[in-house]
Amino acid sequence: MGKALKCDLCDNQATVHLTQILNNKIHKVDLCESCAQAKGVTDPNGFSLAELLIKSVVDEPRAPTENGGTCHSCGYTQKEFRKTGRLGCPSCYEQFGETIQAILGNMHKGTRHCGKVPANVEATLSRREEVTRLEEELRKAVAAERYEEAADFRDRIEALKNAGQTTK
Amino acid sequence: MQIKPLLEAKAELTHGNVSKCPIVLSTRIRLARNLAGYSFPGWASMDQRKEILAGCFESVGDVTSLKRGLSFDIGELTDLEKKILFERHLISRELISGKEGAGVIIGKDQSCVVMVNEEDHLRIQVLRSGFHFNRVWRAIDRIDSAIEEKLPYAYSPQLGYLTACPTNLGTGMRASAMMHLPGLVISNQMEKVIRAVNQLGIAVRGLFGEGSDASGSIFQISNQMTLGESERQIIKRLSGVLESVIEQENNARERLFEKQAVKLRDKIARAYGILRTSHLISSSEAMNLLSLIRFGLDRTIFDEEHRDLLDRLMIECQPGHIQYSAKHLAESEERDVLRAAYLRREFEKIPEPDFDNPRRKRTSKD
Ligand SMILES: [Zn+2]
Ligand SMILES: [Zn+2]
Repeated sequence: MGKALKCDLCDNQATVHLTQILNNKIHKVDLCESCAQAKGVTDPNGFSLAELLIKSVVDEPRAPTENGGTCHSCGYTQKEFRKTGRLGCPSCYEQFGETIQAILGNMHKGTRHCGKVPANVEATLSRREEVTRLEEELRKAVAAERYEEAADFRDRIEALKNAGQTTK
Repeated sequence: MQIKPLLEAKAELTHGNVSKCPIVLSTRIRLARNLAGYSFPGWASMDQRKEILAGCFESVGDVTSLKRGLSFDIGELTDLEKKILFERHLISRELISGKEGAGVIIGKDQSCVVMVNEEDHLRIQVLRSGFHFNRVWRAIDRIDSAIEEKLPYAYSPQLGYLTACPTNLGTGMRASAMMHLPGLVISNQMEKVIRAVNQLGIAVRGLFGEGSDASGSIFQISNQMTLGESERQIIKRLSGVLESVIEQENNARERLFEKQAVKLRDKIARAYGILRTSHLISSSEAMNLLSLIRFGLDRTIFDEEHRDLLDRLMIECQPGHIQYSAKHLAESEERDVLRAAYLRREFEKIPEPDFDNPRRKRTSKD
């Protein structure tokens, strides 16, 4: 092998090498002993490769940061995000939108949420629209004999209809 | 000791004998949730953290499944108590080493736990012994909805539940199964399996120790991606992967017993001998030997009725639990002496391995 690799997080020599395939892209992370320790690579419960990937993507030099790089709601900066891989508050997602969008594709299956919707959000979204959508899903689930899912959809439709009658 | 009632209660993980499965010890789902209008715990001020903690204790403690449970402010627990809760998978390392103003609410049978001010404001977790993702999802979905009625969550229609770390965004869901895979470990196939599973966006971690030779051959397998799929889709994909791991494990076991029967018998018999008679044993050696006994039990070499005891010993031989029973912070070598004595005593209940009658009738419990 050629010359020794440098740690992705500092300038020491890397001794821990990880490879993982996410969304058909190969990601490699090289770490020195102490960064591996610090990032919990040796702690089975604490380590997530995806977290390390944040670092490498956010590190790429980008256009001057949005909002001067500071969240208006909580004062958190993109610099801190780069350091910790964590955000400051829910609004940071809007404020650092572009930077975050750039990472999500590498990290997840998609970039749009398609799971559970909180009931109060469902109420403010058009409730009827949601019911129509769920009824379509229910039909598909029944046709495909996915009964567990169908029962879920039925419950949710029921809940939506009840909420419409009692609250507003 | 504040956590005493927990240790004396029958818990899902140690007494959940209704639905035991040889390969999947337990299934678990956790949801990451944050309150709208507050900074995430890592960035919130100490006053905010305390306000959030008090608010969550009040609202979450009121939810049906947690009503008769216990709430602990982490700052008020001793180091040993924290260690024990960690060994029972009730709290995370991050919660232990984090700032003040964090806590945990533990349901009566310990199957439902909510950590407050860990990385996110709320980490809701439901666990069942055996392989039961759909049941666990239905339970946690209900609890989550009940909490959300009292505490409005940070949510965006585009990105879903907003979390402190973008790796948890969307569903905020991490579903995992704890699997006992001695066949794959003994036949050196674990590394290959880990690599294959990783390619599908599924993570494998040794539960005690790292890599393919984790002690006790127990691995936690979980989804890594949380955005872009629904909870049901994630569970379905993960379950598919787990089912194929189960198949691989069963094949590996068959092949081992076909090709290396004597070697395996020897391993299992020695494991029994050491557990029953040794005077000095580390937690990692104990885990490896208990794993072999559990493997033997799956092959009816030991009686099915001892499965609960074995699963309990795997938790109780961890350092914190040994210190608890010693009633002081015993040093490592003293712990090894105490652990050996404890195991000798417990193993008196388990008769010697019976290799002659491998198809003995199982004393099924259900
Ligand atoms: Zn380094
Ligand atoms: Zn912010």
